[in-house]
Amino acid sequence: MKELKTSAEVGGMGHSVKRKEDARFIRGKGNYTDDVVLPGMLHMDIVRSPYAYAKIKSINTDKAMAIPGVHAVITGEVLKGYNLHWMPTLMSDTQMVLPTDTVMYQAQEVAAVIADDRYIAADGVEAVEVEYEPMKAVVDPFKAMEKDAPILRTDKEGKTDNHIWHWETGDAEKTEQVFKNADVVVEEKVYLPRIHVCSIETCGCVASFDPAEGKLTVWMTTQAPHAIRTVFALVAGHVGLSEEKIRIISPDIGGGFGGKVPVYPGYVIAVAASVVIGKPVKWVEDRSENLQADSFARDYHMTVEMAASNEGKMEALRIKTIADHGYTDGAANPSKFPAGMFSICTGSYDIKTAFTEMDAYYTNKPPGGVAYRCSFRVTEAVHAIERIVDVLAKKLDRDPAELRLQNFIQPDEFPYKSALGWEYDSGDYPRALKLAMDKIGYEDLRKEQLIKRSKGELMGIGICSFTEIVGAGPSKDFDILGIKMFDSCEVRIHPTGKAIARFGTKSQGQGHETTYAQILAEELGIPFTDIQIEEGDTDTAPYGLGTYASRSTPTAGAAAAKAAHKIREKSKKIAAHLLEVSEEDLEWEVGKFSVKGSPEQSKTIQEIAFAAYTNHPQGLEAGLEATHYYDPPNLTFPFGSYICVVDIDPKTYAIKIRRFIAIDDCGNIINPMIVEGQIHGGLTQGLAPALFEELIYDEDGNILNGSLMDYLVPTAVETPNWETDQTVTPSPHHPLGAKGVAESPTVGAPPAIANAVIDALSHLGVESMGIPITPFKVWQVLKDKGLAA
Amino acid sequence: MSKHTVTIEINGSSFTREVDSRLLLVHFIREDLQMTGTHIGCDTTHCGACTVLMDGRSIKSCTLFTIQANGKSLTTIEGLESGGKLHPLQEGFHEEHGLQCGFCTPGMIMRAVELLGKNPNPTEDEIRTGISGNLCRCTGYVNIVKSVQYAAEKMKAEVA
Amino acid sequence: MIPPPFEYLSPNQLSEAISLLQKHGEDAKILAGGHSLIPAMKLRFALPEYLIDIGGIEGMDYLREEGGQLRIGAMTRESSLEDSELISKKYPLLLDTVKMIADPQVRNLATVGGNLAHGDPANDHPATMIALRASVIAEGPNGSREIGIDDFFPDFFTTALETNEILTEIRISSPPPKSGGAYLKIERKVGDYAAAAVACQLNLNTAGSIEQIGIGLTNVGPTPIRATSAENLLRGKSPSDDLIKEAGLLAAGDSDPSDDLRGSAEYKKDLLCELTQRAIRISIERSERSG
Repeated sequence: MKELKTSAEVGGMGHSVKRKEDARFIRGKGNYTDDVVLPGMLHMDIVRSPYAYAKIKSINTDKAMAIPGVHAVITGEVLKGYNLHWMPTLMSDTQMVLPTDTVMYQAQEVAAVIADDRYIAADGVEAVEVEYEPMKAVVDPFKAMEKDAPILRTDKEGKTDNHIWHWETGDAEKTEQVFKNADVVVEEKVYLPRIHVCSIETCGCVASFDPAEGKLTVWMTTQAPHAIRTVFALVAGHVGLSEEKIRIISPDIGGGFGGKVPVYPGYVIAVAASVVIGKPVKWVEDRSENLQADSFARDYHMTVEMAASNEGKMEALRIKTIADHGYTDGAANPSKFPAGMFSICTGSYDIKTAFTEMDAYYTNKPPGGVAYRCSFRVTEAVHAIERIVDVLAKKLDRDPAELRLQNFIQPDEFPYKSALGWEYDSGDYPRALKLAMDKIGYEDLRKEQLIKRSKGELMGIGICSFTEIVGAGPSKDFDILGIKMFDSCEVRIHPTGKAIARFGTKSQGQGHETTYAQILAEELGIPFTDIQIEEGDTDTAPYGLGTYASRSTPTAGAAAAKAAHKIREKSKKIAAHLLEVSEEDLEWEVGKFSVKGSPEQSKTIQEIAFAAYTNHPQGLEAGLEATHYYDPPNLTFPFGSYICVVDIDPKTYAIKIRRFIAIDDCGNIINPMIVEGQIHGGLTQGLAPALFEELIYDEDGNILNGSLMDYLVPTAVETPNWETDQTVTPSPHHPLGAKGVAESPTVGAPPAIANAVIDALSHLGVESMGIPITPFKVWQVLKDKGLAA
Repeated sequence: MSKHTVTIEINGSSFTREVDSRLLLVHFIREDLQMTGTHIGCDTTHCGACTVLMDGRSIKSCTLFTIQANGKSLTTIEGLESGGKLHPLQEGFHEEHGLQCGFCTPGMIMRAVELLGKNPNPTEDEIRTGISGNLCRCTGYVNIVKSVQYAAEKMKAEVA
Repeated sequence: MIPPPFEYLSPNQLSEAISLLQKHGEDAKILAGGHSLIPAMKLRFALPEYLIDIGGIEGMDYLREEGGQLRIGAMTRESSLEDSELISKKYPLLLDTVKMIADPQVRNLATVGGNLAHGDPANDHPATMIALRASVIAEGPNGSREIGIDDFFPDFFTTALETNEILTEIRISSPPPKSGGAYLKIERKVGDYAAAAVACQLNLNTAGSIEQIGIGLTNVGPTPIRATSAENLLRGKSPSDDLIKEAGLLAAGDSDPSDDLRGSAEYKKDLLCELTQRAIRISIERSERSG
């Protein structure tokens, strides 16, 4: 563990200080979007399509308008009058705000009712009469690919198929050569079904247009308030909204996980309604709406192949993917990366040759997808490589831990250039895996497994050694809708030595009010309790791209360090002036400048701050503040090894996780308590798709489990007691050596659990199972082998 | 639709209001009384974010009409702190990092109040089963269990 | 999320409640614990014009032994069963069942009567009452009548209650010595409805043979099911391993599950076969331990 540079009172890096933001939450005094109440506020509810694909023949709003308390019903035709019925997606595709002739997925927004309160708005929704002409939906991307499939995006002129884009990277020819000559080739089809972030707070906004000022203020569940502001200005500029008169406020957010990045139609309709009516309009979706209409995650059909030598050396990797994006590419990826960072798929291994290609298709399902508590598409990439490694191990009759250790990128090979073009900053993969094996007693578990198998008992051990890639990202490669993915910190020290700092990111539970204060405490020596942190108000916060894909610490955290360094530079001048020495004579120790060789001659940062307003040197501006926009030179690469032990009841097929060890390395740790808490949460959101969650559609595009009745979010009973530990391999390029965490476990847990269950059944001939692995699926595979009761 | 006059005691104060028969208790608490600490997280009575105490029992306020609470005594998260002193559960959640985004927290804490009231010495399993009607996405439950254990210890010490 | 409008009525007397039911017929629904009805109203699947809240009627919430029977008032909350020492000591099958219903908050309000009167084969109490050979008391404008549990669930989501009747009490014969029971449920996660569940109640005679046995099955047919062939096989016999195994197969054979999100019909039958055997074994163990 890194040595602590600051005292507990200052609370810099490495201290598990308790969180400052807790004070309001434990008292029920949080300020979430649905808590916002404005005078004269109206409520909006949405009419949604029961069909996945249908023509709209007519919309009759008479009955709805006749209900006392209903103010307006907004349809696509109304928005068309303002040219607001379509909007761009973050991937430069187009998405309907409200349709004028065709609905493209079940639960799509069709009209919006604005009323005095949410009860009347709900009655209004029931009273809107929509006549549909259902058409045969295309739900399966493989069907969407077929030559005679209906063209879904008839709004795109000249479109003759349902293909969205093709993406590839690597060396196809060389890869083919290696495969041709390889001793061993293994293949696995891996499908990660659609899942949903299902944060406990759903999405919503309060849009308030002030006609007198021409100013729009929107309280909104958004992880990226500045990006939203700019998008609104670009999209609605023609109806008079101008960026200096748009204020987006992200108040407290009850969980984001990527699901609160996209611009959902509900937000835009609420804004339009407020502008037209001139009153505040609140829209908060129900859970069912959230699950059925908001962006999904995953939905990748991957064919994974690996070529290796008989001795177990991995020689080449090839992955072909069909990506199902729903009816429009509503993904929240950096614009040059339609497949996100999928090319991290060579993982933690030294694989010299690789090629991956992907084709995305339109289907009659909700658009997306988001990076759900992971970096963009990394969950998919890691699942693919970690499954194929186990498949290879089985084929070669090698222990899966040993096979991984044999093929890991070695510590002395960093920075490591992967076959698909990423430069991994730092890592020590063998150390993490060995620590995990040691803690779980791996050798003994394998012995136990042999004994259990001889008695007909089912026990499995699964490993996942992942490398994540976070902190998007360097400006040369990364942008969202053209906006570069820097992030920012603006810090101002007050005369009494306290401080306020604002950021371009937005916490949804990650604890920034505490961790950012800790970074500044580390760099300035001001106690973290004296530093006020603010995020989320675009009128005051410096521009940033928000919080998702574990980017905050790598970008805004670095910006904080850099801004603090600028403050130290100015402080040095002031200290030199106060001590009547030259700057070269001074040295910095946490919280003060002192004269080299005469440490009793010193000035604390608090004294310097006071002097900045009362006794600053001639020629130097007063005040003590700095802003930094940080353009990361590279991404950072957190990593880890997880080991999962499962026991399966051979008669009821119930799957029980006996133990789960997670070893994570996120570089230098700001607050170990917060990091550990996020790992617990990420592991649970990795457990969920491994054993419980998927969004299920029938062949007509009807969602079969669009509520918490059947979308199975784990409770404390399903969730094991996670065991965690860490290694620390600092990032060489990040000012704090930190990498970003919180999402690694969502990435690493599903393959570890899937590998464990498959391992439990592998001696019976079971080679592959798709997640979520349920007791019913276990029964099915055993039945296939003639082994079910 | 019928309208009814209800008198409900919440956190020690009495409120008399006229309400529609269909007004759900959670909306009455949040909107009529502007006590927004109780949250809404679903529409099928699963998530537990709306949990309050009614005559000492933890109930999901989204699945009760306000009229059914007529004459009853409720406690919400806002009513736990007493004379500036936090309830041991509030303290426990802070000390043991049992919350991250805070949205499920009021419901979790109110459920735990009854849990510890009926079972002052719960095992880990009993705590996990005891909060099985409350969903959390951020924390993975481990620290929530620790928070409840912290409070149990503190409450036993206070009684002793 | 938002229920439709309705007229709320809260009678103080049972007779008043019955008159209101009589008056409004199909337009009215009884509001007991409300945890089946209100969720349905929030999704606008149920649209009653009148809600008759019987929660304010005194004397409907009780748990007592009387006349050789356990009598449970229809408004008894599930949590009362969970907290009752009497239930824990003498009716382990009931305690097992209650613990499997939804979650703690729901159990504080949901009622035993409501769980039966809803007529849902996926609810947990019906199979348990079948195993216990319970009966229910229905009160209507013509007085009260006793309905045996085997007559209570004639069809899918239908009970034997007339439109103008209210279920007021559940009666279970006090178990003879050497009695035991168990409820085993497979669910996808805690609080879910059963993929399959088995309720078993039996008692042993002095020779250690099964004197009487009741086996009820949850959510594996359009109504709750009595595993009659399994019961007939075991009644009067000494419970050998082979016999118990055969009973499991027969119980699966007595069921009629459907394919759904929880799994296929065949899977559920396999589960029933195993759960029945385990439930019988646990019931025997508990019988041997009991007085």
